[in-house]
Amino acid sequence: MSPRLRWRKFVSGFMLTMTGVCALVAVSVLFFILGYLVYHGGTSINWSFFTKLPKPVGETGGGMANAIVGSAKMLLLASLLGVPIGFLGAIYLAEFSGSKVAFVVRYAADLLNGVPSIVIGIFAYSLAVLPFKHFSTLAGGFALGLMMIPITLRSTEEFLLAVPRALREAAMALGASKWKTIATVIVPAAYRGILTAVLLAFARVAGETAPLLFTALGNRFWSPGWNQPTASLPEMIFRYALAPYEDWHRQAWAAGLVLLGLILVINIVARAVLARGIAVPRA
Amino acid sequence: MASTTIVPSASPISGSRSFLRRLREGDEIARLITFLFAASTVLVTLLLIWELWHDSALARHKFGLQFFFTRVWDPIANQFGALPFIYGTLVTATVSLVIAVPLGIGAAIFLAELAPARLSDALEFFIDLLAAVPSVIYGLLGVFIVVPLMRDYVQPVLKNTLGFLPLFSGPAYGVGFLTAGIVLAIMVIPYIISVSREILMSVPRDQREAALSLGSTHWESTWKVVVPFARTGIMGSIFLALARALGETMAVTMVIGNTPTISASLFSPGYSIAAVIANEFTEATGDLHLQALIELALVLFLLTFLLNGLARLMIVITSQRGSGTANA
Repeated sequence: MSPRLRWRKFVSGFMLTMTGVCALVAVSVLFFILGYLVYHGGTSINWSFFTKLPKPVGETGGGMANAIVGSAKMLLLASLLGVPIGFLGAIYLAEFSGSKVAFVVRYAADLLNGVPSIVIGIFAYSLAVLPFKHFSTLAGGFALGLMMIPITLRSTEEFLLAVPRALREAAMALGASKWKTIATVIVPAAYRGILTAVLLAFARVAGETAPLLFTALGNRFWSPGWNQPTASLPEMIFRYALAPYEDWHRQAWAAGLVLLGLILVINIVARAVLARGIAVPRA
Repeated sequence: MASTTIVPSASPISGSRSFLRRLREGDEIARLITFLFAASTVLVTLLLIWELWHDSALARHKFGLQFFFTRVWDPIANQFGALPFIYGTLVTATVSLVIAVPLGIGAAIFLAELAPARLSDALEFFIDLLAAVPSVIYGLLGVFIVVPLMRDYVQPVLKNTLGFLPLFSGPAYGVGFLTAGIVLAIMVIPYIISVSREILMSVPRDQREAALSLGSTHWESTWKVVVPFARTGIMGSIFLALARALGETMAVTMVIGNTPTISASLFSPGYSIAAVIANEFTEATGDLHLQALIELALVLFLLTFLLNGLARLMIVITSQRGSGTANA
């Protein structure tokens, strides 16, 4: 073997090893994050975290029950807004529309998907806070719902388009009208993919903080009804992490563990269980 | 883009039956209802652009282009110049790309070229999970892990070794451009890896085999043939990551130090567009202050809009090129 070839082989081996190191570093970040959150959050979490309100400034103890309920309420609203629009819009794109309309809708959805979440917050503020002159659960849910629309729409459309043409034609040949074909054949055939898409969109907005800062604002007490400022888990993590109190830091870790746990469990269920064998389009 | 009119056109299958029959069978109703939902997506997007434009009119007229070139941000004197925020946004995004691009592309090469399919899929699963971690969690880890680490270890070491460069001079606060850039890098790496991996995998097999048969080593075929073939698409993934980095709010707000400074030192605390919006929007002192913040949001929107559009185009071009050659 000539020295030149030996050198080239060495470079090849070395560089390929380095790419392996890069991959290892990237993946290990996930385990670092998980490890730190489990370590810090696990020691901080306790029963009152889930059941108690935040204590007044300066007192230790208390929990984030109001933020957990607030997050749940806003995510419910977000799903009520984002899922129907995304799902039905996707049906229009995949089954009814011509290519020009489809292009415009896809373009708009991709544009909306790329908008930084803080800008979505400003938009939701001027639409859902300013006219009513107060921050509210509704406004928070609206902001999150806006973010769910494009994610649900684009991935649902892909799953609908992936349904084999033969299935459609079989239903049509039996005399079914178009909407009957959609409702009884196409959507059931694609439902696992669609459910995956919805769950991933849900998990994505569950951790969003920036759109909530100007819409739900935050609250240290319960927020009855739908019309008052509302606490949420991500927003509490933000405020507590930057506050100068040891006990608040402890609770921020606990909230981080709960939030990340929720998001990762949804992701794992959606990707590894529901979507097994189907290619999940990237949101 | 905004002026295209929306006309529902008949699809080839339903076109063969009469309108009345389609109406009776519910097809026309279903089409109308789903159309309304699809159209509302377009409507929301147009409304968003209009709101940003309309609600920043006062600031746009008062400051004009000066807005981007002055550095005084004084809500009390009603003087608003965006330069420190634009500077901070660009510097942190640049730092993040300098770190994330080599790491991300390296990892993507490993996943696409080297790893067996099952290992590659398993690692990609973890990368997808990493992309799902919310930004406030990165902020939390940034505040309690990265900032102390930077202040006590990384920055003093950099200062002792590379301190003669203006980039690495000045006191080590922990928070600042460098820390924000590092946290951003960690956040955008998954996007670079996922997209680049897919692009690399779409490079036709015969490209690799041709290079290998001419006697190149595995690395030479990867670096001199496969990567150049996928270059446009990889650039697209980088633009995508850049758009994410520019618009990222929470993690940056928590570690950048929130001080509107323009400094050559990466150790210096700074501010970014997204961070100043997050911190000041609910406490804006007057209309002009609010509108200046909305103008910043408009800038951010336009930047990410351009980058995302460009990125998508590049990715589509590359994957089409790949499939085109494979069929030829």
